[in-house]
Amino acid sequence: MTKPVEDGVITDARKRYAAGVLKYKQMGYWQPDYTPKDTDVIALFRVTPQEGVDAEEAAAAIAGESSTATWTVVWTDRLTACELYRAKAYQVQQVPNTGEGTRTEAQFFCWIAYDLDLFEEGSIANLTASIIGNVFGFKAVKALRLEDMRLPVAYLKTFQGPATGIVVERERLDKFGRPLLGATTKPKLGLSGRNYGRVVYEALKGGLDFMKDDENINSQPFMGWRDRFLYCMEAVNRASAATGEVKGHYLNVTAGTMEDMVERAEFARSLGSVIIMIDLVVGYTAIQSMAKWARKNDMILHLHRAGNSTYSRQKNHGMNFRVICKWMRMAGVDHIHAGTVVGKLEGDPLMIKGFYDTLRDTHTPVALENGLFFEQDWASLRRVMPVASGGIHAGQMHQLIHYLGEDVVLQFGGGTIGHPQGIQAGATANRVALEAMILARNEGRDYLAEGPQILAEAARWCSPLKAALDTWGEISFNYASTDTADFVPTATAA
Amino acid sequence: MMTNTGNRLTQGQFSFLPPLTDDQISKQIAYALDKGWSIGIEYTDDPHPRNTYWEMFGNPMFDLKDPAGILMEINACRKTFPHHYIRVTAFDATRGWETPRMSYIVNRPEKEPGFRLNRQEVDGRTIRYSVESYATTRPEGERYP
Repeated sequence: MTKPVEDGVITDARKRYAAGVLKYKQMGYWQPDYTPKDTDVIALFRVTPQEGVDAEEAAAAIAGESSTATWTVVWTDRLTACELYRAKAYQVQQVPNTGEGTRTEAQFFCWIAYDLDLFEEGSIANLTASIIGNVFGFKAVKALRLEDMRLPVAYLKTFQGPATGIVVERERLDKFGRPLLGATTKPKLGLSGRNYGRVVYEALKGGLDFMKDDENINSQPFMGWRDRFLYCMEAVNRASAATGEVKGHYLNVTAGTMEDMVERAEFARSLGSVIIMIDLVVGYTAIQSMAKWARKNDMILHLHRAGNSTYSRQKNHGMNFRVICKWMRMAGVDHIHAGTVVGKLEGDPLMIKGFYDTLRDTHTPVALENGLFFEQDWASLRRVMPVASGGIHAGQMHQLIHYLGEDVVLQFGGGTIGHPQGIQAGATANRVALEAMILARNEGRDYLAEGPQILAEAARWCSPLKAALDTWGEISFNYASTDTADFVPTATAA
Repeated sequence: MMTNTGNRLTQGQFSFLPPLTDDQISKQIAYALDKGWSIGIEYTDDPHPRNTYWEMFGNPMFDLKDPAGILMEINACRKTFPHHYIRVTAFDATRGWETPRMSYIVNRPEKEPGFRLNRQEVDGRTIRYSVESYATTRPEGERYP
């Protein structure tokens, strides 16, 4: 302890470790002159302190409760290199547009650095048990949100990362230079295996690359998992023979136990499926296990983010989805649902760019307008393919490509299956719209502005696309997003 | 005949569009060259979805940066193999990619008979599938008249 007494830090070890209660700042969890090491894990929290708790003390408390502290002084600290293990809150900044004179009570961004030795290698469970463990229920803060993290290269290198990654996935599927197309089988509940496979066959033959189980399709009374797998693979192979293209169906192997999941995954592999899927609700450890299984078995691993909005949507408490993106890239999934901008689910364009960059780039610079607070080197962890799903249709193709780029799976569930001329026609409409838009983009046309015209030109020779545009052309979901950037005015897609 | 939309093999970026004109192909080549990618031309008469290695019509043209020159090569390939599938692939050598970034078909046989799906019934209700091109029952070079 070398801090001056004015800072509140107690330098005399005897006093510091005398039995009793001290402020977290006094215990050494607030170190404004600390410079994070390259090997530190850094977390950025948004904190709403309780009344009477100053921001620095709140930051120190979060650092303490997410690392070594308990509510009172313990002498056993002195048996350890406790100064190393203490997390250090080193910077606090009031969140723009909060506090006096605004409609939101004061919030603060707190930067906290953690020594690498606090974490077990290759374990998301261990990382998260510290960072989002007890601390979110801590009484000294009214609300707390984990906004972003900087993961050191040294730590990333202890994770496998995506089992397959964008590059290898595209090579296996032999599909380059355009978004992949998918759809979720609908209705998501109630179809028998035989009827379910019909939807899969029609959509794949019509032009989609993938079909998908929904997050809550596991093994219910109306359709057992083995039947679903068998009928879906019949559909996949029939469609592949009908088109000469590699096709796939994300077989959801989510189950009640790890053993059941592995059994289902192995059956999927034995049937020749190129891809399986799991839900975020299976938990971080199960996700990592399945990622290792997928790497070992040449399988693409799709992750549905079921449940994330329970903690990622509200701005003042929980965690930002960009942190989930980081953890899932480390955990090793190949696909993750990451928003559509223009569809029916929450998603501000600038925030979604931050998610997509985090999943796909090898290096992300600081970009406050996209919510990226740290420069991040991904240490050659493979790229994750984001999935855009929920209320999107062919008439938005120019916007989707503009906002989401080409390394993305665009999933048109209702927009395929609900097509007035049938499922194959729905799939064809989507594929034609996609190819026409990519062609135009590559030709250098201003495809965002000319999008409707490009689609109308293609609809002249493609009646399924014309029918799709006539049915859905005007549909849009214009609601304000709740999760928006703090640093620049946000634009929401029309 | 294939019974899917368009009655044709749908591999590649633009198989759902009308066949690309030379002008359209030139623009796609220009896009790839502008990105710093190298163009390769490949042909085959075995369009199986898992047939990765089509024959190369020469190496990728790493040093040719002129769309017109590349289009000439494509047309030379078409002239030599008028009844084959021909695809244009753009290779990206950047770290972290090092893979094709574009791939599209620019020539195809007039008649595309498609694929047979073979089913072998094995344990329980499991079926082993294999996909087989009707054309490849004949020897190479005699598959598409």
